[in-house]
Amino acid sequence: MSITEYFELVFTDYTLRTITLGTAILGAICGMLGSFAVLRKQSLLGDAISHAALPGIAIAFLITGAKDSNILLLGALVSGVLGTFWIRGMITKTHLKSDTALGLILSLFFGFGMLLLTFIQKQPNANQAGLDKYLFGQAATLVEKDVYLMAIVTGACLVVLLLFWKEFKLLLFDADYTKTLGFNTRFIDILITFFIVLAIVLGLQTVGVVLMSAMLLAPAAAARQWTNKLSVMIVLAGVFGIFSGVFGTAISATQNNLSTGPVIVLVAAVFVLFSFVFSPARGLLFREIRFRKNRRDLKLKKTLQLMYGIVSKHEDISRPHAIKILNDFQGFTRNTLGKLEEKNWIEIKGQEWSMTPQGFNEAKDLYNQQKDND
Amino acid sequence: MSKKTAIQVDDLTVAYNYKPVLWDIDLAVPEGVLMAIVGPNGAGKSTLIKSILGIIKPIAGSVAIYNKPYEKQRKLVAYVPQKGSVDWDFPTTAIDVVMMGTYGSLGWIKRPGQKEKKAALEALEKVGMLSFKNRQISQLSGGQQQRVFLARALVQNASIYFMDEPFQGVDATTEIAIINILKELRKAGKTVVVVHHDLQTVPEYFDWVTFLNVKKIATGPVKDIFNDDNLTKTYGINYKVAVNK
Amino acid sequence: MTSPQIEIQLIAAIVAIACAIPGVFLVLRKMALISDAISHSILPGIVIGFFITEDLNSPLLILLAAVTGVITVILVEAIQKTGLVKEDTAIGLVFPALFSIGVIMIAKNANDVHLDVDAVLLGELAFAPFDRLLLFGADVGPKSIWVMGVILLVTLGLLFLFFKELKVSTFDAGLSSALGISPVIMHYGLMSISSVTVVGAFDAVGAILVVALMIAPAATAYLLTSDLKKMLVLSICFGVFSAIGGYWLANILDASISGSMTTVLGVVFLITYLFAPSKGLISVLYRQKQQRTEVSLITFLLHLNNHSEEQERHINHLQEHINWQKVRSKNVIDLALKNNMIAIENDVVALTEKGLTFTNLALEYIVTNKDEKIEHMKDDFFLFRG
Repeated sequence: MSITEYFELVFTDYTLRTITLGTAILGAICGMLGSFAVLRKQSLLGDAISHAALPGIAIAFLITGAKDSNILLLGALVSGVLGTFWIRGMITKTHLKSDTALGLILSLFFGFGMLLLTFIQKQPNANQAGLDKYLFGQAATLVEKDVYLMAIVTGACLVVLLLFWKEFKLLLFDADYTKTLGFNTRFIDILITFFIVLAIVLGLQTVGVVLMSAMLLAPAAAARQWTNKLSVMIVLAGVFGIFSGVFGTAISATQNNLSTGPVIVLVAAVFVLFSFVFSPARGLLFREIRFRKNRRDLKLKKTLQLMYGIVSKHEDISRPHAIKILNDFQGFTRNTLGKLEEKNWIEIKGQEWSMTPQGFNEAKDLYNQQKDND
Repeated sequence: MSKKTAIQVDDLTVAYNYKPVLWDIDLAVPEGVLMAIVGPNGAGKSTLIKSILGIIKPIAGSVAIYNKPYEKQRKLVAYVPQKGSVDWDFPTTAIDVVMMGTYGSLGWIKRPGQKEKKAALEALEKVGMLSFKNRQISQLSGGQQQRVFLARALVQNASIYFMDEPFQGVDATTEIAIINILKELRKAGKTVVVVHHDLQTVPEYFDWVTFLNVKKIATGPVKDIFNDDNLTKTYGINYKVAVNK
Repeated sequence: MTSPQIEIQLIAAIVAIACAIPGVFLVLRKMALISDAISHSILPGIVIGFFITEDLNSPLLILLAAVTGVITVILVEAIQKTGLVKEDTAIGLVFPALFSIGVIMIAKNANDVHLDVDAVLLGELAFAPFDRLLLFGADVGPKSIWVMGVILLVTLGLLFLFFKELKVSTFDAGLSSALGISPVIMHYGLMSISSVTVVGAFDAVGAILVVALMIAPAATAYLLTSDLKKMLVLSICFGVFSAIGGYWLANILDASISGSMTTVLGVVFLITYLFAPSKGLISVLYRQKQQRTEVSLITFLLHLNNHSEEQERHINHLQEHINWQKVRSKNVIDLALKNNMIAIENDVVALTEKGLTFTNLALEYIVTNKDEKIEHMKDDFFLFRG
């Protein structure tokens, strides 16, 4: 199947429509909640939680024997929350640092999950097919019911986000201050964390344990580069998430043998890379351009200041001076002289230059600014 | 002085991880003073205001604001945290930060409206930052960031202001602007408590001072107690070295 | 025990030791998560290496993959330097992207590459003994033993050679540059060793479980000691114990060996986390409770010392002013009485001679910031502790 075929089929074919809708919704919720994780410097918590969810899935399967994905996700939620609290407990009660705590929970829970999964596989009549999908995610296994669940959770998340928008923003920016205003910071904190865990658990089936954290981080990290407003950032992260989901699904559906998770993550990574380089305000490209321009401006201003030094010794500021006398100064080239004329700061006549009143004022401002700084 | 007591601290003791930080602090701050808290590094200056504001839980002692427990008087109190305590790369603008000052009186869920926006603009104007209202906060200078923080506290329209090192890392113009606003607040009968580092400016800026070094050394009018004796008790014998550092 | 069984345990033990050593330094340097990043992002390196060598145990493949690991570290640091995102976000962005590239490379070349993502991620120790190393036609044992053995020997050699430098640069980067030990070289040296170890170990225990073998023994040891040498020895012991214990657990449950090893590691960590003397959870909670009472006691004594007015020293004042619950005030007073620090007359509390000496000494220590001395004082003065 080619990409164009995919987009023709996506509106008519039940399976394609379901998985595309599923990954799109997932992208949206992950992007939005990921913004919170990124801004709270909890980027890697997502990684730990997603790995910690694995034993929950296995245990839920062992207890119920059911393949019903909702029950498995409930198990994942429980063990994800457990992991989160253990991480917090470790950081506050022992001298282990957050990176060690995250790494421990991540690897130990995952290892235990693997033990359980392989144990389940060896059970004689265990209909275990489908548990592996939680490792890398298999969007193709999404059914309408899963998408409904995602839509409901995303809807609930949106409602909570809108209701507590002010409180979330306040806590993210300045937690101590939030406390002094009389808000229960613990409640807001638990609310945010709970929804992040929920989003991760929802994504496990589609993107998988291993790559889930990128789904959370990448859209948010990309969105951050384009705006300085929290609300815009969250909406944008949601949009990036949707696009990553849809494009990722499209690409993986058109190729044989490709899990959805890695493709979605790579699409999101492309968004991040593009944003890092080309964002106008923060991007590396424009930063470099601005840097060069500043350096050029600095050179110009330096020359102008030297001219000011010469001119201000005379009564008549527009008196012409020989270009030759500038040769002794640093930072002077014919080119800069041309630029200065372009800006209407000086006039050049033959081998002589004279300062315009506009140039004189500019130079005076510069001079005063410098004195202020000293 | 027959003035009311704005802040009353009794037997306040704080320990971080059971390491003593503040011991048995008794403090009464009269209404309408501009007070500096001074002391060496690690003396517990920030901890004192944080525990008054309930950010840190003390292990003993009580705090009263105008004779009632702090929890009931929150709305009378505004706080300007240390500038370094927040992430200035946060995606938000100056006016947004100042609006946060109105959130406390709004309470849960309710959103700020025109009234709050007007108050925020006024506060920004007062600190001379109106023209920067839509600027992203990371693009403000240290002094401008501090002014935005001050504006956020002003919007709270409180009776008592706590400020944690407002002059740290700000330019001279901002320092003067801030101290003028603080003096204005005092004139309006407000009480201002400032954690302060620069001993040389204490007599010029403040009329009340508390010396702190884990224990309270002295508290009172600057003209009465700001002397070598108390400075030595607070900073040790070599306090002059500490001052000039 | 059959000979493959012994060989599997031997490989597991060698892997555990080789991982535990760099792990200790990663944990101490607060860089534990870098091991997680490396273990994922080496995947494209392994795949490319496999295209070239077609042998998972080839030294060239290990080198190529290890280079990918170091590139990851450089990439993460470069992104951090741009200041566009926070530090941990950089890690979280780089490794999933590289890992995804690896997964897709495998999927796209599924016909040519007999490499399974699951195997990379999870490892399969049970097969390790069947890949033999033939030297001049003679069977000298499983390849994994030789590969990991060499890595372990190199690690040990570097550890002994540069122990002093590693120690200094880990605990005091400033001092280490002053002594002429470049923190940058130590940093990248450690990163390279970690990368090589991860690559060497992944095919035995899998990429994610390498992380467990690196972090968990070190973290467990760190709960028991702060001494670097003891920590290294303990981590190695925990690693080896879990490796062998895990093997037998897997045998009983008929489950994945690496999963079982991690589970044993987890159990060892959990037990230490709960019961470690002085740093374990129970001990911390107990000590916090005890210290709470002690701090309360000192607060109370200081308060008495501060105030001569009878009203401030009245027994009821404790509850009103110091803001303590009835039970707590009673506990504190009882403790003070038991220790002969106070005397009560007509409900007014006064410091005894001993109480006064104690308080003054405590005060002096507190004001001069010698908090640690208070601990000794408590031993000297307290007959009963809370």
